[in-house]
Amino acid sequence: MRLQNTCSGRILALFMRYFFLLRSSWPRIVEIAYWPTMQMVVWGFVSQHFAPSSPGLTAGGILISVVLIWDTLFRSHISYTLSFLEEMWSRNLGNLFVSPLRPWELMLGLACISLIRTLIGMLPAALLAIPFFGVSVFDIGFPLLIFFFNLVLTGWAMSQFVTAILIRYGLGAESLTWVLPFLIAPFSCIYYPLSTLPAWMQSVAAYIPTTYVFEGMRSLLLEEVWRSDLLIKAFSLNLFYLFVGMGAFLFAFRAARKHGLLLQAGE
Amino acid sequence: MKPILETQSLTKRFGDMTAVDGLSIVLEKSSITALLGGNGAGKTTTLSMLLGLLRPTSGSIRLFDHDFIKDRFPVLGRMNFSSPYVDLPQRLTVRENLCVYAKLYGVWKPDARIRELAASFRIENLLDQRLRRLSSGQKTRVSLAKSLINEPEFLLLDEPTASLDPDTTAWIREFLREYRDQRGATILFASHDMREVELLCDQAILMRSGRLVEKGTPADLLQKYERDNLEEVFLKINRETS
Repeated sequence: MRLQNTCSGRILALFMRYFFLLRSSWPRIVEIAYWPTMQMVVWGFVSQHFAPSSPGLTAGGILISVVLIWDTLFRSHISYTLSFLEEMWSRNLGNLFVSPLRPWELMLGLACISLIRTLIGMLPAALLAIPFFGVSVFDIGFPLLIFFFNLVLTGWAMSQFVTAILIRYGLGAESLTWVLPFLIAPFSCIYYPLSTLPAWMQSVAAYIPTTYVFEGMRSLLLEEVWRSDLLIKAFSLNLFYLFVGMGAFLFAFRAARKHGLLLQAGE
Repeated sequence: MKPILETQSLTKRFGDMTAVDGLSIVLEKSSITALLGGNGAGKTTTLSMLLGLLRPTSGSIRLFDHDFIKDRFPVLGRMNFSSPYVDLPQRLTVRENLCVYAKLYGVWKPDARIRELAASFRIENLLDQRLRRLSSGQKTRVSLAKSLINEPEFLLLDEPTASLDPDTTAWIREFLREYRDQRGATILFASHDMREVELLCDQAILMRSGRLVEKGTPADLLQKYERDNLEEVFLKINRETS
């Protein structure tokens, strides 16, 4: 039989698998957009409530914008990890790993579908914020893309650590999927400037890429100053964590092969 | 002719427990071999190592003349497998599942291949049904269809006819024999069904506590142990070596 076994073909196969899953259920698609939209609505009203008394807190639609951007990280992480969990829940990992699929191709396939799902989730919320609260994150322009991709990268890096733990320790570690983004939230300075944090927390925050994204965002929206230095720091940290995350996943995969965990991964 | 598979002193230990102990086997091209043994004999561990899902503690695996332990990816596209221990995604339809795996294995004309397999496995009317709606027998047929999507030269099956009715079991048996004859494929399967082994395989490998305790053609084993059927041979060997 004629076979055309290519890396791009295998990644496309994975993409098709998650796309078929997504289109199999319209409530799933609605749910992806539902949470970011609800977040936007709630924070939109909070923003309107505080606008007269604390204009600094809500100027330039900053509150809604940071909520949306923060949700990008959450969606990107959840979409990646849930797609991986789907393989565990359906006991399909064995089938995948006896095929010519390389572990890093699986990571890339998960990242592709995560990006699509994040866009499906975030675009309706961002568009609805315009008529609802007169806030358009698209007014940020090109920097928005940079903020967005930095947070997507942070989400993927976190997912790589979580999937590494899942593949090594099984579904018992499933709750980490939901917990991890909230672990970095206080250090990320989403709603407040870095200077608000106590000194020891500022030291920790210096190693978290999202801190620089939100500091950069505040600088742009409140002072109209584009801080490329902050974004370079965020991007460098993201790259570092992505590579470490990939290493962690590959290491966990090797350990799973050694201990015979791939066949029982769904049990 | 070089064998398709050759293992030497293949061993897998999990801590203090030895699951497979120094297994050396050779599979010739176009042969059908059964891996037999009671629960915990090491059959699934052996299959897992031959599929690259499990890294052996020691020993070697040569598959299609490749060092499979060192680099398994060049040969994984030439093999496939089906097992009751793994499932296909239940929320996808049969067609979607086969389509994904056709793409994953790089099948040149996936639609034509899926049609061909659907006709062979009598699942044409199930193609657009979600897997979770199928009976266990239908799921087994879909899983077998998936295992043949890339027309593998080496097919590994773990209890291929589990949960199938006698009629379908007989049909699958015939299908596997025809597949071997037409494509020259090599088939290795683990089974508890001694009747199936007698009717289908050229060679049987009996394992106990991770060790190879006997091997030979079903006819030779029947003659050697002076028994009427393989089940009695299996029981005799199992009791003698316990």
